[in-house]
Amino acid sequence: MTIYNQACDCGKISARQVDLYYGNFQALRNITLEIPQCAITAIIGPSGCGKSSFLRLLNRMNDIINGVRVGGVLQLDGVSIYDKTIDVVDLRKRVGMVFQKPNPFPMSIYDNIAFGPRQHGTRSRHNLDEIVTRSLQQSALWDEVEDKLGQSALALSGGQQQRLCIARVLAVEPEVILMDEPCSALDPIATLRIEDLMRTLARDYTIVIVTHNMQQAARVSDMAAFFMMEEDRAGTLVEYGKTSQIFTNPKDKRTEDYITGRFG
Amino acid sequence: MVYVWGGGVITVLILLVVIGYVLVQGLPGLTLDFLLTPPQGGLSGEGGISTVIVSTIYLVAVTIIILVPVGLGAAVYLAEYAPNNRLTRLIRYGVETLAGVPSIIFGLFGFALFVTVLHFNFSILSGALTLVCLLLPTMIRTSEEAIKSVPYAHREAALALGATRWQMVSRVLLPTALPGIVTAVILCIGRAIEETACLYVTLGGSAAMPSSLLSGGRTLSLHVFYLAMETRAFDKAMATGAVLIITIIIINTITNWLSYRFQKRMKGTS
Repeated sequence: MTIYNQACDCGKISARQVDLYYGNFQALRNITLEIPQCAITAIIGPSGCGKSSFLRLLNRMNDIINGVRVGGVLQLDGVSIYDKTIDVVDLRKRVGMVFQKPNPFPMSIYDNIAFGPRQHGTRSRHNLDEIVTRSLQQSALWDEVEDKLGQSALALSGGQQQRLCIARVLAVEPEVILMDEPCSALDPIATLRIEDLMRTLARDYTIVIVTHNMQQAARVSDMAAFFMMEEDRAGTLVEYGKTSQIFTNPKDKRTEDYITGRFG
Repeated sequence: MVYVWGGGVITVLILLVVIGYVLVQGLPGLTLDFLLTPPQGGLSGEGGISTVIVSTIYLVAVTIIILVPVGLGAAVYLAEYAPNNRLTRLIRYGVETLAGVPSIIFGLFGFALFVTVLHFNFSILSGALTLVCLLLPTMIRTSEEAIKSVPYAHREAALALGATRWQMVSRVLLPTALPGIVTAVILCIGRAIEETACLYVTLGGSAAMPSSLLSGGRTLSLHVFYLAMETRAFDKAMATGAVLIITIIIINTITNWLSYRFQKRMKGTS
C-alpha cells in the first residue's frame, strides 16, 4: 500500500506550531507536521477536532470568515502561505480543493471544467477543449460524459458530480489537492471509484484528505494524522506517522482507542 | 373553516368582478384603430391611444435603463461586499423604509428636484428618474434575495478554484441568479406601468407624441385617470384599462414562469 517516496523527506507542506483562532476561540493548537509530496495524507479524528479547519488553512479558505487569526509557520515548498506577499488567487490555483458535498456550478459539464482555466486567462476554444478532455480523462469520468458535455452538470449522479468537481480542480493544474470528506455524501460504490481515482492521482499530486471513515483512511492513505480536541475544544495533533504504523501499532493510547472504535 | 373558505371565495369573486367588468366594458372599444390613432385631447376624449402607448414604452425603457445598473450594483454590494456594520444596517433600513413610502411622496420629491430645481420640467426624464427612486427598493431587495439564494457552496467552489471575488460574483453568482434578477426587472416594469400618482406630478399629461427625453407624456394609467376625470369618454377609459390589465396579466405570467425556472435551476433539475 505504501507508495510514499522515502527519498523525499522534505515535506511539500510543512506546518510548525500552527495555531488557529476564530475570534477568541482557539480551533487549533500547536500543530506541527510535514506533508510529503505525491502521497496521500489522511487527517482523522472525532467531529469538531479541527480537521477541516486545518485543511482550510492550506488554501486559505478560512480567510473568508471574519476574525480568523493564524499563528506559527505554514509553508508550501518552503514559502510561507500566510506571508503578506502571497497572492491568495495564485495559492488557490496551486492548492485545489474538493468539498464534502459535490458542488458543481449550475452550468454545463464543459463550462464547469473550463471555469478555472477561463478565470485564469485561457480563452482559446482549442486549449479549453484539450483541458476539458484531459481533466475528465484524469478523473475517470470521460467515458460516461464524452457525448453530453453540453448538458447540465446537475443532471449527473452524486458520484459523477464529485468526480466532476475533481476534474474541475485538475483543470487548474494544481500541485496539491485538498479533499474535505469527499465521499461522505456518496454510496459505497461511488466511494470506491473516488478512492481508486485518488490512488491514481497520488502519483502526480500531493493529496490531503479529511475523513471520518477509518477504513477509508487505512485503504487509501500513505500518512495519517490523528487530531483530537483538548478540554478547551482546541484541536491538537495527537499522532502522525505512516498509515501502516498508525493503524497497526499506534504509539498513543488515544489513537489506539479511537481507531479500535472505543470512542469518536 | 367557513371563515377561511368565505375569505377565499370573496377574494376570487372580487378579482373576477373587477377584471371581468373592465374587460367586458373595455374590450368592445379595443380595436386596432383605437391602438393606432392618437388621442384627440380636450373634453371629448375622442381618439385612440397610440401616443400613450409610445410614451409608456419610452418611459419604462428609460426607467429600466437607469434602474437596473444602479439597483443591481447596490444589490451585489449589499449581498456580497457590505461588511456587517452600522452603515450597512442603515442602508438596509433605508431601503426598507423607502419601499413603504407612498408613491405620491416620491412624486412630490421628483417634482421638487427634477421638475423644478434641475429644470427637466414635466418630461419623460423627470418621470423616469422619479420612477427609479420609487422602484429602487424593489429592485434592490428582489435581486439581493436572488443573489443570496445562490448556495454558499458555489461561492466556495469558485474561490477555491482561484477565482477573484469579482470573478466569483460576475461569473457564478450573477449568471446563477439571473432568472431571479430578470424577475426583479419584470416586476419593476409592471409597477412602472401601473404607477399613476407620482407620474401625475412629474410626467405632466401631454397626449402628444414624445420627441425627446425632455418632452412630456402620459402613460396608459395616467390616460385612464385623465379620461375618467376630465372627459365623458368612459368607454375609452375602460378600453385603456383593458389594455393595462392584459399587459399586466402577460407580465405576471412571464414573472411566474421565470421564478418557476429559477427554483428548478436551484434544485438542479433543469
